[in-house]
Amino acid sequence: MEVSSEQGGERFVFDGARAPDRRRDVDAHGVRLAVYEWGPADGQPLILAHGGFDFARTFDVFAPLLAEGGFRVVSWDHRGHGDSAHAELYSWMADERDLLAVVDSTTARPCAVVGHSKGGSMLAHIIQALPHRFSRFAAIDGLPFRKPPPDVAERARVTTMAKEVSSWLEHRRVAATLVRKPADTPEQLATRRARMNPRLSSDWLRYLVGQGARKDDDGWRWKIDPSLRMGGFGPWRSRWATDRLPGFPIPLLGIFGTENEPMGWGVDPEELRPYLPAHARVEVLEDTGHFIHIERPQRTAELVLEFLQS
Amino acid sequence: MMEWLTHGRMRLALRRLTAADGPSLLLLHGLGERSPDDCPSVYRKWPGPVWALDFTGHGQSTVPLGGGYTAEILMADVDAALRHLGTATIVGRGLGAYVGLLAAGGRPQLVRGAVLLDGPGLAGGGSGSITPFLPTVDTRQPSPPDPFAMAELALDVRPPDYATFFARQAAELSGLSRPISVCACERPEWLAAVVCELGVEETNLAEALDHHQALAGQGPA
Repeated sequence: MEVSSEQGGERFVFDGARAPDRRRDVDAHGVRLAVYEWGPADGQPLILAHGGFDFARTFDVFAPLLAEGGFRVVSWDHRGHGDSAHAELYSWMADERDLLAVVDSTTARPCAVVGHSKGGSMLAHIIQALPHRFSRFAAIDGLPFRKPPPDVAERARVTTMAKEVSSWLEHRRVAATLVRKPADTPEQLATRRARMNPRLSSDWLRYLVGQGARKDDDGWRWKIDPSLRMGGFGPWRSRWATDRLPGFPIPLLGIFGTENEPMGWGVDPEELRPYLPAHARVEVLEDTGHFIHIERPQRTAELVLEFLQS
Repeated sequence: MMEWLTHGRMRLALRRLTAADGPSLLLLHGLGERSPDDCPSVYRKWPGPVWALDFTGHGQSTVPLGGGYTAEILMADVDAALRHLGTATIVGRGLGAYVGLLAAGGRPQLVRGAVLLDGPGLAGGGSGSITPFLPTVDTRQPSPPDPFAMAELALDVRPPDYATFFARQAAELSGLSRPISVCACERPEWLAAVVCELGVEETNLAEALDHHQALAGQGPA
């Protein structure tokens, strides 16, 4: 089925993409979150969490496939992303609290959850904090793991972190005045995103412009809060989360690709396997990058539905 | 006199407690506290203006919607004050002591030493991995301080090697002799590790102020 959307005099279409069936807002302690639903309103809830610097409409192909399995698929734009409000502060804990607000607005019963990338890692943490709220978890390249730090001199590590701290502080000094660079056409904006998503087709990236960007007087720009910044530093260590995986409290499916790319996490499922609980199921899709559900939506949906219905 | 600073979408209150020519002293409060209205007597002899900053979510500074606090964001609050003051010596209580250490290491050319004192929020959320937990925030509590700040910054983990990174940065890049003074009795693991670093001395507040007064007179590195 072909569904198109229009914005700024442009038409956006992608084969298999379907706009959400319902759209609502959730007030997460004063931060407005844009929530989207696909599938029957009385279906079994299935929460879908996107990754960092993405937005819920990147599920426009994947979510309808899950909805065809009878689920009420619910996703939302993280604060500062997509159509959700830009916030004063951003943190992992705030994102998790927002996630819980979306779950609370959907169901009080234990529900199934699927997360990609950062969305999966957030879910891995909140499921262990509140195991009674969740029933099954599918992580699409979204399980926390970091290889041991490279064997470099202490001084080199210190220098790298010092640069990160200094660069981040400089960013904070100008964060209030930052504006995303506009593009003359949707195609230009799509080409720019291709640098971070080199494995995704130009047709798909152009479709995303129609859902995650807007046309201002001076051109097209992504809606994401310009004060957000990739990377960074902090006290938190991924291995703390990895070390807790053996005791993961609910059924777990991990789906991985094989190809590294700029937005990927470089997680090797074989390295992660010793940390997974005995009940965990691992699926590896060959010749697939970080955006597994976008590169192979049908196969990913099949795996998730089979896992949820088993 | 109050100066209003901008940090991201927040407005921060920077209060000048004394007016004098000379190096600036910047006071950082503890978790849940706010800047004092008057200059505490112990700082009256400081040979320059004494300032006090309200962190985000505290005192007269912006209370953001929906939380999202980290100690690093408060370090950037301090950086906003440094942008206004140029350079400053920092005296921090509790949470402000930890944030003062981060600022001293993050901006070693601008922070002319830091004095770390006991106070609310000194320990944070421990040294490392803790039981996954999402605090329920009681938004009926009087605000400020922002109940989200109280809940989130009490869980902020502080690995010792993370804290010592900032202590080493201050020691190596500030050009100052013993830029960090520890006057706290409470010794969470991060602070116990920091006192073992070169460039850190354990002392009392009066002696620390004498030491930092001398350092402040040395000018930028």
